[in-house]
Amino acid sequence: MWAIISIRVENKPGILFKVTHLFRSRNFNIDSLTVGVMENPEFSKMVITTVGDEKQIVQIVKQLDKMIDTIEVKRLDEKKTVYKELVLFKIKLSGSSDSTEINKLANTCGAKIHNVQKDSMIVELTATPDEIKAFEESIRPFGILDSARTGVTAL
Amino acid sequence: MEIMNGGKALMKALEKEGVKQVFGLPGGANLPMYDELYKSNIRHILVRHEQSAAHMADGFGRVSRKPGVCFATSGPGSTNLLTGIATAQADSAPMVAITGQVPVKMIGRDAFQESDIIGMSNPCVKYAFQPRTPEEIPEMVKKGFYIAETGRPGPVLLDIPKDVQQNEAEITFPEEVRIPGYHPWSSIDITDIERAINLLLSSEKPIILAGGGTIISSAFAELQSIAEMLMIPVVTTFKGKGSFPENHPLSLGPIGMHGHAEANKIMTEVDCVLAIGTRFSDRSVGTFEEFERNLKIIHMDVDPAEIGKNQTAQVAVVGDVKASLRIMLKLLVKKAFKKSEDNKWLKHVNEVKDYWRANLKMHPGEMSAARILRKLREVLPKESIVTTEVGQHQMWASLFFDVIHPGTFFSSTGLGTMGWGFPASIGAKVARPDVPVLDIAGEGSFNMTENSLATSVLDNIPVIVFLVNNFSLGMVAQWQRTFYERRMIGIDLKNCPDYVKLAESYGAQGIRAQSLDELEKAIKTGLSSDVTTVIDIPIDPEEDVLPFVAPGTSLKEMILPS
Repeated sequence: MWAIISIRVENKPGILFKVTHLFRSRNFNIDSLTVGVMENPEFSKMVITTVGDEKQIVQIVKQLDKMIDTIEVKRLDEKKTVYKELVLFKIKLSGSSDSTEINKLANTCGAKIHNVQKDSMIVELTATPDEIKAFEESIRPFGILDSARTGVTAL
Repeated sequence: MEIMNGGKALMKALEKEGVKQVFGLPGGANLPMYDELYKSNIRHILVRHEQSAAHMADGFGRVSRKPGVCFATSGPGSTNLLTGIATAQADSAPMVAITGQVPVKMIGRDAFQESDIIGMSNPCVKYAFQPRTPEEIPEMVKKGFYIAETGRPGPVLLDIPKDVQQNEAEITFPEEVRIPGYHPWSSIDITDIERAINLLLSSEKPIILAGGGTIISSAFAELQSIAEMLMIPVVTTFKGKGSFPENHPLSLGPIGMHGHAEANKIMTEVDCVLAIGTRFSDRSVGTFEEFERNLKIIHMDVDPAEIGKNQTAQVAVVGDVKASLRIMLKLLVKKAFKKSEDNKWLKHVNEVKDYWRANLKMHPGEMSAARILRKLREVLPKESIVTTEVGQHQMWASLFFDVIHPGTFFSSTGLGTMGWGFPASIGAKVARPDVPVLDIAGEGSFNMTENSLATSVLDNIPVIVFLVNNFSLGMVAQWQRTFYERRMIGIDLKNCPDYVKLAESYGAQGIRAQSLDELEKAIKTGLSSDVTTVIDIPIDPEEDVLPFVAPGTSLKEMILPS
């Protein structure tokens, strides 16, 4: 089971370490993790996606809640949540029509094109992990030279 | 507001928390705070190894229910504390550990005696602070004590860089502190308690399982009242040993790996358990899956994260267990509930109990573990505080030493730290100088912190070490006999050292007891003596701790003496 956990913490050093250490020492998995300062700079928001059975996920939320540095821990309901991830793909350009075709694919899912070179281009997509996976499959035939993704953030 | 250095701010803040003594050892990075300790009214108790300082603070904390304080320097001083801090965390004992650290500018440069103790201790502290300016110290001390002693207690670390101890600043001492992410006690939901009562009353074969939380929140009277009102038998975890008088007709004693035979037998028959302040440790329940099969669990605990961690509860009551039991008691009184004493379940429980108490085979010989521990119980005043080391003697104490006065028995049950009992007994004696304090020890465990004899003698903190000496690492030897076909390795301690001479060399009293008469005399001598007494009691190295529930098996598969 996949779960999105949103954690509001005090914005001070060392907390990211403690949260990730908790996952390690309790034998939980981190699928992705994002952190950023909130509109009130006293707080940061961490969004962690994790995989486990129901009992494990309930335990993760309880253990995170028990941490003194966490102010609020919520398990987000996928259906009622906007959750997105940003990904960059560096795609190989071999033939002359590649660029046009990739542009078409990008347009259909709202991806942006950056840094077009003679033999490669970078595409940026903000979407759900499933949408990203679908896009990745569609561009795979061209050849993916490199990629980087931010992990899921959610509200 | 007053100008002072960080070291003085620390001492003032500790005095404001009511600290009368610290257990510690000075070194380069905590010299400035020691200089202020010198000028303060706080007593310093010098240890010979920092691990013992932590165990002393732990023993003090468990007995007084106020955080014990230990001091150590940076680097090895702080890493030596770690075992003691982890022990306190595993057993939810209140403690404030204060370490020196290299100056702020040197942090991260691999300075001499630098260690990242904040990072290293992270998984075994309740919280850790590292002030970067003297002004931060009073608030961190106040928060630290609050965190250490509230909710589920635990150890807090304060790591203070040397320059922060030395530098002067304008210091204010807060009256109150705010910790927004910390909610030590949940408000108790009465409907949960009503559901718990209904479940308990509708069950046919109920039992109460009292854990360490019952002792931490001193819910002794509440536990006894509920057990007597409902006439429900009481078992305990090992950590909960002594939360209920073990000579009480409803008492069956501890369950678990080395639980009482009758307690384990009955535990496998029950249909409903009221579990109070327990985390269902594997040592108590055997296999998690087998334990909860056919069993309805009512789980009371102060820590919401314990609910559902190891066992699935049908009813969970989150909150301080003393408060929860009080509400339960009130609701029961309102219902004017009184269960008849003539119930079939209790009759059966008593039959099982009588059978095992009469028929459990004993190891032969005058100085068997059972006989020496029963002799100890006979001679030792009931109000005495008892600690244990870790090993066979500890489990024999669980089996054969009945705790009569609730909350007088303490042991390293979670981490199982050898060397805990003796320094912890010294800490306990500091907390309760008015009662005798005795450490039930094995020689292997005692070896680890026996140099605390110096502290005990020179700081005039007399305790009794009841040294069950089988000349070996007995528990390991037992496992090698049982599971490794007697391939004995690494367990033979021989007759080394001579514990009578060892005690005497520290200025303590050493007595060897080779018969029950000699033992009785020795205990009495220890009780009337104003110096620490080590009673060396040689026993048969082949004696096993039985009954025994092997690791990874269920309580049903208990091995009995043959």
